[in-house]
Amino acid sequence: MSQAGHDLRKKRPIRKAPFVVISIFLIFWMIGVATGEPARVLEQAIQVCLSCIGIG
Amino acid sequence: METVRKWVQVIIGFLTNSSWSFPFTNAIYQGPLKVICAPGLNCYSCPAATTYCPMGSIQQLLGGLRFALENGQYYFGFSVFGTIGVLGGLFGRMICGWACPFGFIQELLHKIPSKKFAIPRILSYGKYMFLLVFVVVLPLVLVDEFGSGSPWFCKFVCPAGTLEAGLPMLLLQPNLRNSLGLLFLNKFVIMTIFLIWAVFSSRPFCRTACPLGAFYALFGKVRLIKLHLDEAKCTNCKACHHVCPMGVKFNESPDDPECISCLACMNKACQFDAISLEIGGIPLATPSKGMSPVGKS
Repeated sequence: MSQAGHDLRKKRPIRKAPFVVISIFLIFWMIGVATGEPARVLEQAIQVCLSCIGIG
Repeated sequence: METVRKWVQVIIGFLTNSSWSFPFTNAIYQGPLKVICAPGLNCYSCPAATTYCPMGSIQQLLGGLRFALENGQYYFGFSVFGTIGVLGGLFGRMICGWACPFGFIQELLHKIPSKKFAIPRILSYGKYMFLLVFVVVLPLVLVDEFGSGSPWFCKFVCPAGTLEAGLPMLLLQPNLRNSLGLLFLNKFVIMTIFLIWAVFSSRPFCRTACPLGAFYALFGKVRLIKLHLDEAKCTNCKACHHVCPMGVKFNESPDDPECISCLACMNKACQFDAISLEIGGIPLATPSKGMSPVGKS
């Protein structure tokens, strides 16, 4: 590693908060998948919701 | 870099709307790709949409929650919140700047030559109200006799849905025109207001009313990829104030929830290398302009 690159890494510590947040939401996603939610989402997404788009 | 961003917006806009058979089928895409979440606000009733809109799905799931629970189905929206939460943790509102088709449309409208106006900061809190009230609370609480809630934001507000789905569906299926009423008039007026406003002010919908932007804004401080201000190099010249399309005063508020990481401040304004893009604390890119805080010419 070059001296400049080494200095940059020393200056700014790696932030851990983003990894914690991403992990939490990844668990959320896995819970949703485990309950079969994506199938329900797909079922809704392939239908035109007329009232949603202001018609009907 | 601005050209790269524009191309990314075009490519993602195309990828999330890549079903172009609708002029022949007169229907929306109904294939399996619609299990994939669009990163930006992109109505899934748009005839070309190949992904689902996270805000639309959350409202539908919460609106049908009572009915789902009665049937032993625990559809709380975990998969959708999980997906946009991961995206938020990675990119935050960078999604708005790089991957939202409706944001891109507003940017194009803002290029129309006209007198430009700032948007008062206080209006930016409106989008949190739309997220909390229209996307979460009302679909959950106000239900019909069957226990089903409505997707309130989609139904009464979303201008992206009117532009990307309502109007195209009216063109594709003329029989739908018989069903037009006050609901459509209300949404058409809201859409028109935001599109005209976008000519005069930068990204008005993103800044004042977008619930997805509000959700991503919650990740302002903790997102993995964000802009970093080197206070030692910053001279507080305020050049970054003048180029920001979101009205962010970057030198005063580097973790501002409004920042869409369009990089305009880094590439177009800062002459002192005080702004850089970082991933989790590690610098990714710093434009080298060869200026020092005392060497501005």
